[in-house]
Amino acid sequence: MSNIGVLIEMDGQEIKASNHGVLTVACTGGNVVALVFTEDGEAIKSDLERFGAGKIVTMSATSPVQKASLMAAAVKEYDLGVLMGVSSSQGRDLLTRCACILDAPIALDAMHVNLSDGTVVKSHFSGKTTADIKLTGDILLIGLRPNVIEATENPVSAEMISFTAETGSSDAFKVLELKKGGGGAIDLSEAEIIITGGRPMDSAENFKLLHACAEVLPGAVGASRAAVDAGFAPHSIQVGQTGKTVSPKLYIGCGLSGSVQHFAGMKTSRVIVGINTDKDAPIFGKCDYGIVGDLFDVVPVLTDVLKARKG
Amino acid sequence: MKIFVCVKHVPDTAANIKVVGENGFDETVKFVMNPYDEYAVEEAVRIVQEQGGEVVAVSVGKPNAINTVRSALAVGANRGILVKTDTQFLDSTTTALALKAAIEQDGAPELIFTGKQSVDSEGMQTHYRLAAKMGLPVATDVVAFSMENNKAVVECEMGGGDREVIEMAMPCVVGATKGLNEPRYPKLPDILKAKKKPLVEMDLADLGVAASPVSAAMTSLTQVKERGAATMMKGSVQEMVEDLVNRLENDVKVL
Ligand SMILES: Cc1cc2nc3c(=O)[nH]c(=O)nc-3n(C[C@H](O)[C@H](O)[C@H](O)COP(=O)(O)OP(=O)(O)OC[C@H]3O[C@@H](n4cnc5c(N)ncnc54)[C@H](O)[C@@H]3O)c2cc1C
Ligand SMILES: Nc1ncnc2c1ncn2[C@@H]1O[C@H](COP(=O)(O)O)[C@@H](O)[C@H]1O
Repeated sequence: MSNIGVLIEMDGQEIKASNHGVLTVACTGGNVVALVFTEDGEAIKSDLERFGAGKIVTMSATSPVQKASLMAAAVKEYDLGVLMGVSSSQGRDLLTRCACILDAPIALDAMHVNLSDGTVVKSHFSGKTTADIKLTGDILLIGLRPNVIEATENPVSAEMISFTAETGSSDAFKVLELKKGGGGAIDLSEAEIIITGGRPMDSAENFKLLHACAEVLPGAVGASRAAVDAGFAPHSIQVGQTGKTVSPKLYIGCGLSGSVQHFAGMKTSRVIVGINTDKDAPIFGKCDYGIVGDLFDVVPVLTDVLKARKG
Repeated sequence: MKIFVCVKHVPDTAANIKVVGENGFDETVKFVMNPYDEYAVEEAVRIVQEQGGEVVAVSVGKPNAINTVRSALAVGANRGILVKTDTQFLDSTTTALALKAAIEQDGAPELIFTGKQSVDSEGMQTHYRLAAKMGLPVATDVVAFSMENNKAVVECEMGGGDREVIEMAMPCVVGATKGLNEPRYPKLPDILKAKKKPLVEMDLADLGVAASPVSAAMTSLTQVKERGAATMMKGSVQEMVEDLVNRLENDVKVL
């Protein structure tokens, strides 16, 4: 059995829930070695054990360049045949830097992975097609799209190792600052439920309606490009071709016509709901459930019904 | 200042993609410059307009990719280079080696701009590979760019609306995304003038680039089926919403 590495993404002192799907896939390929940048490995030990990590390698570094070179050193040290991670913005960056150091192939945003033959399925042409990619090399890197794999537990007990290696100086690349944007908002690409507003939202103020609903769901709020370009919402929450690609369990589109470019970013959602005043809107031709109605009437009722259901 | 911009010739995002054979597609559809590369070209052109120098647009692609190089010339790039191949899906390591060879043959770069991702193969890695092969720092998803004392300061979009501010020694590779600037539209006289701008073409083999041994090969393309028509809720707003929530909870179990 080969050793499968998983880069664990942290959210403060805890591991992000999206790691569980990656660990679940990793378990199908061999012995799972978790690579984590943290000072306190004990705090996450039981969580990682529950999802099958037999070895937990903790490392410490700040800059992405140093992290990637530590990861590459760990790949060699622990004889990893595959290194996987969440295809989030941070995960993509670190995995790709690591692939370049190792001169190894990488497939990002994978929706399906077969570790026995090194193939992955990922989107091509903005979600209009999928492509089978065959990775060839001694070490393969894979970034998994969040939420596409249902996590299952594979309890083991883990050996804890603290790892360090020479990373060299990185004067040529310095992180100066992290500017906080949304104030602790859930990263859209990792949200399990998303409610999105389109052009008819009509103002930034009206997005509060969606935020109120998102709070009870619970989920995150997205926007179409029409809403973003009109200044009703920040680009960081735009879904679609030129925005985020998301695959939540549930996607609720309010006042979306159903454009090809918007669907490019969310068509792999498990269930899509459309709310639109126009019964002939294209979205009703390509979603699962539809409500013909004014979003300003429907969304508050939805919020109330969800609240009542939670009691 | 000498700036290189990497531009890819890709099918228009509005085009219908029809799979042909095992891993090909109907290439008679409309092709355009990769949308993210437009931000890269615009940024380079603005810098050179302010500070002098030249912008060289480089593309690796089939012979038709010359149209995307011309588009770059029409919005202000000074010269173009096309490295010809016979496939739309060249391994990204090989692409990076071809870009590197073409750039180095032309002269030493002070900056290299690319897009953050091509919209056809969605590889998200060519700029990293190029930077690694050239020994340069790289950042991606860049939405703000400035320079001072031979250092570039960029803001990169992270998840959840956060931005990371990164300083890189120049030369460096910068992967542009939406938000960096508003790309200009080419004007007719500029399109005509672009036809007279220098553009050299060469074959991949002329550059002595061998196909890279490690690879990610695309073996098959599959059309994604659209969902059919939606199940429509009926009744008053209250009834429709209750029916919906009930189905989400009990039929498809997503609540
Ligand atoms: C290269 C390129 C990239 C693009 N990238 C993206 C992208 O990343 N993301 C994206 O979203 N778009 C993108 N677009 C734009 C896309 O083509 C559409 O223009 C856009 O998605 C439309 O947004 P919309 O659905 O909110 O608005 P519209 O198309 O205007 O649709 C609004 C809908 O709301 C309905 N409506 C009106 N009032 C109400 C009401 N009160 N209640 C309920 N329904 C109502 C209307 O019937 C209509 O169907 C891109 C386009 C291009 C060319
Ligand atoms: N064939 C190519 N020719 C020129 N530039 C390319 C090519 N392929 C990729 N690039 C550049 O690299 C970026 C990332 O591409 P990719 O790795 O394919 O997602 C693109 O936005 C382009 O700027």
